[in-house]
Amino acid sequence: MKRRALFAAALALAALAQAPLAHADALADIKKAGVIKIAVPQDFPPFGSVGGDLKPVGYDIDTAALIAKEMGVKLELVPVTSANRIPYLTTKKVDLVISSLGKNPEREKVIDFSDAYAPFFNGVFGTADEKVAKVEDLAGKTIGVTRGAVEDLELSKVAPPTATIKRFEDNNATISAFLSGQVQLVATGNVVAAAIIAKNPPKKPETKFLIKNSPCYVGLNKGEAALLAAVNAAIAKTRQNGALNGVSQKWLGTALPATL
Amino acid sequence: MGYHFDFSDLWGYREVFFKGIWLTLFLTAVGCSLGIAVGIGGAASRQYGPKWLRVIVGAYVEAIRNTPFLVQLFFIFFGLPAMGVKLGELQAAILTMVVNLGAYSTEIIRAGLASTHKGQVEAAESLAMSGPQIFRHVILVPALRRIWPALSSQCVIVMLGSAVCSQISAEELTFAANFVASRNFRNFEVYLVSTVIYLALAIGLRYLFRVIGRYVLKMSWE
Repeated sequence: MKRRALFAAALALAALAQAPLAHADALADIKKAGVIKIAVPQDFPPFGSVGGDLKPVGYDIDTAALIAKEMGVKLELVPVTSANRIPYLTTKKVDLVISSLGKNPEREKVIDFSDAYAPFFNGVFGTADEKVAKVEDLAGKTIGVTRGAVEDLELSKVAPPTATIKRFEDNNATISAFLSGQVQLVATGNVVAAAIIAKNPPKKPETKFLIKNSPCYVGLNKGEAALLAAVNAAIAKTRQNGALNGVSQKWLGTALPATL
Repeated sequence: MGYHFDFSDLWGYREVFFKGIWLTLFLTAVGCSLGIAVGIGGAASRQYGPKWLRVIVGAYVEAIRNTPFLVQLFFIFFGLPAMGVKLGELQAAILTMVVNLGAYSTEIIRAGLASTHKGQVEAAESLAMSGPQIFRHVILVPALRRIWPALSSQCVIVMLGSAVCSQISAEELTFAANFVASRNFRNFEVYLVSTVIYLALAIGLRYLFRVIGRYVLKMSWE
């Protein structure tokens, strides 16, 4: 009886000792399997969309490829949507989420975030001859904006009273207004500005100042300190050697800002 | 119905609505007056003008009547700048409304001109009235009396069509409604209120046309 109890206790102790070790190191699991599974968007260009050959392409896909290369493992892309990207991570269907993920307190309770790897901000953009560096410089100027968007709400709060805000019905009308020269300044997201630059207009929009900054982070499960360190190291290295800047130029038409 | 109505929130945005109503009335007033003037000129050209003028006006009428107002508006506001003509949103809105109403009213007024009895003109000539006098008193005014209900309907359509000008950021009533809805998301209340306002404006515009018909055209107040 005593021996059986002792044996059961030893087994329980062994199981307990096993439990944290078995869960702890996703990085070791990845290195052992030689494959990293990364969730990427398929419905949000330029971060992730489906190319002509039905293969995923975009900023996030290129970043995933860079990180996999730095870690020395093969890349397996898992297409996700905004709704299921975090559940896929927490149920361990994927190891990382690279899907234009923004950081906020509700999400920080559930997952961990790496350093930022992509700029995602709302700001005022304009032609080169508009001398605007901060919101006060908008006095007496005309700015185009999409009605009801975050930029509209934020700009209406802080713009000087002599600034004229022209509200258009959707992003396409705002882009048309800028391209046709009806407005010299637009307040919009950097993704929309990238879409304008892609049209190769005679006067390219430059970033004047930011309204709201919400850069993109890589999402990981909580408690994976080794994997977090590896991802951050990969991001830092690709920023330093210019590879990440190349991705930003390719998909957003602008260089990576000095601080993300 | 489980929906909770709340019209009180709209009162805080009354400035936006008042500005929208004012701009709708302004666009309608300028658009209709200039549009009817273009219509009279076009109708006279098509009815009594030389062949080349009839062809040009005919092409203009067909082009405008067979394309959507929104497309014409976008062409003038977004397209013309590529050819060097950059118009502000109010100028573009008024220009499009005048061009649009001009085409439709040309045909409406031409119907009135064409239904002038030849005997009327012969009688006027035999009274030694000059050409312009004949046109003004014997042809045009009776013609306008005949087509006045149709013309006032077309002008009401143009007034309701000014709602489309919100698409180029002209801050008229529909823009005001969209703006308020994007701030407080009370779509039902906002669009119900703007519908009622448009209805009131349309009824008022029709009454104004009846008054003009009575006192300018000497129509009977039936």
